[in-house]
Amino acid sequence: MAEPGPHAAATAAPAAPAEAKAAPPRTSAFKVPGEGSSLAISIVTIAALLLAWTVVTHAGWIKPLFLPSPQAVGQQFWEYLTGAANDKPLWQHFVASVGRVFAAFALAVLTAVPVGIAMGMSRVARGIFDPPIEFYRPLPPLSYLPLIIIWFGIDELPKVLLIYLSCFAPLALAARSGMKSASQEQIHAAYSMGASHGQVIRHVILPSALPEILVGMRIAIGFGWTTLVAAEMVAANVGLGQMVLNASNFLRTDIVIMGIVVIGVVAYLFDLLMRWVERRLVPWKGRM
Amino acid sequence: MPTLDIRGLTVHYAVKGGTLQALAAVDLSMRSGDFVVALGASGCGKTTLLNCLAGFLPPSTGEILLDGRPAVGPGADRGVVFQKHALMPWLNVLDNVAFGLRMRGVGRTEREAVAREKLALVGLEPYAERAVYELSGGMQQRVGIARALASDPAVLLMDEPMGALDAFTREQVQEILLRAWAATHKMVFFITHSVEEALFLATRLIVMSPRPGRITRVFEDLPYSRQFLAHGQARRVKSDPAFIALREEVLSLIHQREEPRGGTFEETDHG
Repeated sequence: MAEPGPHAAATAAPAAPAEAKAAPPRTSAFKVPGEGSSLAISIVTIAALLLAWTVVTHAGWIKPLFLPSPQAVGQQFWEYLTGAANDKPLWQHFVASVGRVFAAFALAVLTAVPVGIAMGMSRVARGIFDPPIEFYRPLPPLSYLPLIIIWFGIDELPKVLLIYLSCFAPLALAARSGMKSASQEQIHAAYSMGASHGQVIRHVILPSALPEILVGMRIAIGFGWTTLVAAEMVAANVGLGQMVLNASNFLRTDIVIMGIVVIGVVAYLFDLLMRWVERRLVPWKGRM
Repeated sequence: MPTLDIRGLTVHYAVKGGTLQALAAVDLSMRSGDFVVALGASGCGKTTLLNCLAGFLPPSTGEILLDGRPAVGPGADRGVVFQKHALMPWLNVLDNVAFGLRMRGVGRTEREAVAREKLALVGLEPYAERAVYELSGGMQQRVGIARALASDPAVLLMDEPMGALDAFTREQVQEILLRAWAATHKMVFFITHSVEEALFLATRLIVMSPRPGRITRVFEDLPYSRQFLAHGQARRVKSDPAFIALREEVLSLIHQREEPRGGTFEETDHG
């Protein structure tokens, strides 16, 4: 099949003015609030924070116990990385925590998305799931952590369960509100082309809900990382959260900061991955 | 030969403290090749009528017969073109046009062949693999027309399909629509606010009035769309003195009905 490229296409249809929308030329000297790239500024901000941290610690204005120097933190990172530290190597903590967060996240995606879809589609499902979700959603995980320990013990299950609960609510709510994304016209159009009710759900309502579900996934994994340390309070002997908690017991602020940075960077990298997935899966988001 | 008969169709809405008559008894018959345009102020019931024809809204009384059989609920025998927001952005142009055939279980090769043929009718075949959100508004509407034609419906129902287009694009899409209509001999029921558009496209023009929505005037056998198809010069048709005279007549007809009431014509402020 001969596929005309964009240029071939443009010349082959002389009847069409205003072809595919490229970036329009500027027609106003006034900017939209917040317009333009912020990357360079972000890099400067990070560099300035690092510099201030270095200066403050090297000048001795703050004691290392309160704020260790970047070098000390980097030193800990290196020792944990190479296994020279008096603890398990970093990769074991990393694997344990990432395993917990992603197991919980995957379980939440598999269960919360169908529950959210059901809540969006059915009055009965909404009636059943809305009160428990809305009740537990604002509770701090630490407040029900004791119950989870009493009910489920102290092995892997309660840790994953705690993270799972924090991922579940935002995902279910995102899927539920995503079910309203399809326009009346799209739904009518599908019916008028002979689609059945089931086909309208499968081929119109679900695809149009995908952008909101993906945003829900990004928010959910964020909540998952937030709950990690609380989850690893439950008699963990390995994990990034456990590493931080353990270090804090010995006032090792250099290890605490190193652990915080590792968690933050991993979470950020995963968010970048999700944004990439978003661009691949729903390039039409916000454009129709 | 496909026919569409509307007999004694009325629509009432339940509102606070009674019912609101959105549509008083409408009778209308269409034959293959008829291009019926409904024109009227907001609230005259033309969209209500179209929604009944499409099966989105059940009539309160009366019936709609397609080829003598009652048409109940939406179906592929009545293709609908909307004003906007009706394409599926997750599908490319070709898959949008082939959507209805896919829903009815037509195989990929066959439905893509049909979709390409309909895209060619509206001059968009080179854009088959494009994403719909990359197209201009006028091109998106042409995809909508091709999509409605792909199911080979008996009648095409068009709810202000040019309403969101600028004047130049609008004229261009009108011409493309007339050529597609001539090539397929479909019945068309078309809603518009533009008197010029109505006269240019219609073989029959029905003027509707609000409170309750009803047909108040019918202009039969309008020649302008066929004139355009004969010589292909839209400006020549639209600057014809007879066309202009009729345009003014229809305009005054609509203004005459609007002015004494002065102001808005929302259906809701009646209840």
